[in-house]
Amino acid sequence: MIRPASRIASAAAAPALVVVLLATLPVWLGHHPYYVNIASQILLWAVAALALNVLVGYAGLVSLGHAALLAMAGYTVGLLLQAGYGHLAADLGAIAVTLAASAVFAVLALRSTGVGFLMITLALGQIVWGIAYRWAGLTNGDNGISLAARPAPFGLSLAGAEAFYYTALLIFLMALVSMRILVRSPFGASLAGTRDQPRRMTALGFNVWLIRFLAFLASGFWSGVAGLLYVYYHQFIAPPAAALTASAEILLMVISGGAATLLGPIAGAAIVVIMKNVASAYIERWNLVLGVIFILIISFMPEGLVPGSVRLARAAWVWLRARLPGREGRYTQERIS
Amino acid sequence: MNALTVTGLCKSFGGLRVMDGVDLSVSPGERRLIIGPNGAGKTTLFNQITGEIAPDSGTVGLFGRDITRVACRRRAHLGLARTYQIITLFPHDTILHNVRLAFLGLSPLRWNPLAALDRRQALAERAYAILARIGLDHIAERPLAQTSYGERRRVEIAMALAQEPKVLLLDEPFAGLSIDERGDVQKLLLSIPRDVTVVMIEHNMDVALDFADRITLLHFGKVIVEGTRAEVVADARTREVYLGT
Repeated sequence: MIRPASRIASAAAAPALVVVLLATLPVWLGHHPYYVNIASQILLWAVAALALNVLVGYAGLVSLGHAALLAMAGYTVGLLLQAGYGHLAADLGAIAVTLAASAVFAVLALRSTGVGFLMITLALGQIVWGIAYRWAGLTNGDNGISLAARPAPFGLSLAGAEAFYYTALLIFLMALVSMRILVRSPFGASLAGTRDQPRRMTALGFNVWLIRFLAFLASGFWSGVAGLLYVYYHQFIAPPAAALTASAEILLMVISGGAATLLGPIAGAAIVVIMKNVASAYIERWNLVLGVIFILIISFMPEGLVPGSVRLARAAWVWLRARLPGREGRYTQERIS
Repeated sequence: MNALTVTGLCKSFGGLRVMDGVDLSVSPGERRLIIGPNGAGKTTLFNQITGEIAPDSGTVGLFGRDITRVACRRRAHLGLARTYQIITLFPHDTILHNVRLAFLGLSPLRWNPLAALDRRQALAERAYAILARIGLDHIAERPLAQTSYGERRRVEIAMALAQEPKVLLLDEPFAGLSIDERGDVQKLLLSIPRDVTVVMIEHNMDVALDFADRITLLHFGKVIVEGTRAEVVADARTREVYLGT
């Protein structure tokens, strides 16, 4: 399987170009803090959607409780900072708490798959939301927890929009690269196998439960990281961050963009965040527009925006090539061969 | 010591007793054919041997070791492999990847989240070697969705062979095959070395009888007749139960 040099070059060039574009994005946006902040939001929700995609896309387990994991990381940071800990300790504590919560979620939810799994994660998410809302002594209830300031790692303050954007970009790229490595690894193949044919996987000697459990932990870890980005971006966390609508929104990002793809959840995050922030400035009923967009995606690209666009583009290319003057001969020949 | 020992196996689904005290002893290297009408409990017997279904009572032994309480996935590591009557493959993947997963199931590599699976040349070469044995190496990179039914049947067997089992359970390997394809699978089965014990469920007598050393006839979850090919075919109860005359 020798690939032509030009294809290798283009395969390496495309991601490099995207990274350069993302790295220079504040310049293209005219250093406007409002737009740079929206870009940061897209990145943080993309991390959350990538995290959920490990379960939804690659493990075939649809969770409706992931916002609770994200919020738990955010609340832990808020509480630990309030208690006088530093940012590093608060962040590590938040990841540890989120991982522990993910393990509990996984042990309970993995008693089932399909709708059962979905309902258990939904219930667990609602419990976390209930604690955030009602246990005011701990969580300050409806009023939420405010953060005094964003951290300044290595003396670099993240207070500004662009500094925060670059931090979010770095973490987003780390998440993306780690997902890519994971899905191409033997463990990723094992995970996809448990999604497609769990019974056969067991008979082949795979520990299906443990594979799913580890995938849940990986998903929980990146959800926690997204939670850190969330709480530092807003410098505030309140019960709606853990609510069912937030979990459903992350799930919509994954499904509308394209589950089990790397770029799908990112595209889904971009659509939702842009509609929420930009379209809402022009259209009062932006929720309606978002709904229409989702219905269009589900109708014409049930596999999601990214794989759907690739499919439609290919079909358009074939259609176009067949009609280009002087190309008919070549086209038919290719079809015959 | 027997390769496979089943004693007093019972299983009920609700009020329906599908396995009613089955005993089975298969010697190492033996080719055992299990026959019986639809609903006799043949596949249920396989499911209990592999551990996919837990028996209500009775024991399953592999080379003298009681594996009744051993998890299904552990039994694969102990040298038990099976094929499925209803094709149970990975439809989104290539033939190569299907076979690769069979290798991965028994390899510690399956837990590795960092390595690039496609770059594991040794694994791909082993998969190609198995595919060459079943004559599918020329289409190894083809997605399973684009393969014929007969090719999928052979991939089923390839995945079981890839695990180099000590005991191989074949659940109707000839089901739905054309005459040509039957010949291919028959040759493949005859090429399995004698250090592998083979237990096969099959309805297709003209291909299956040649293969078997001994035959067990199941009916309503009970062993009715057991013996050599000639004994079972000559037995009046076989004619009554199975050949229907």
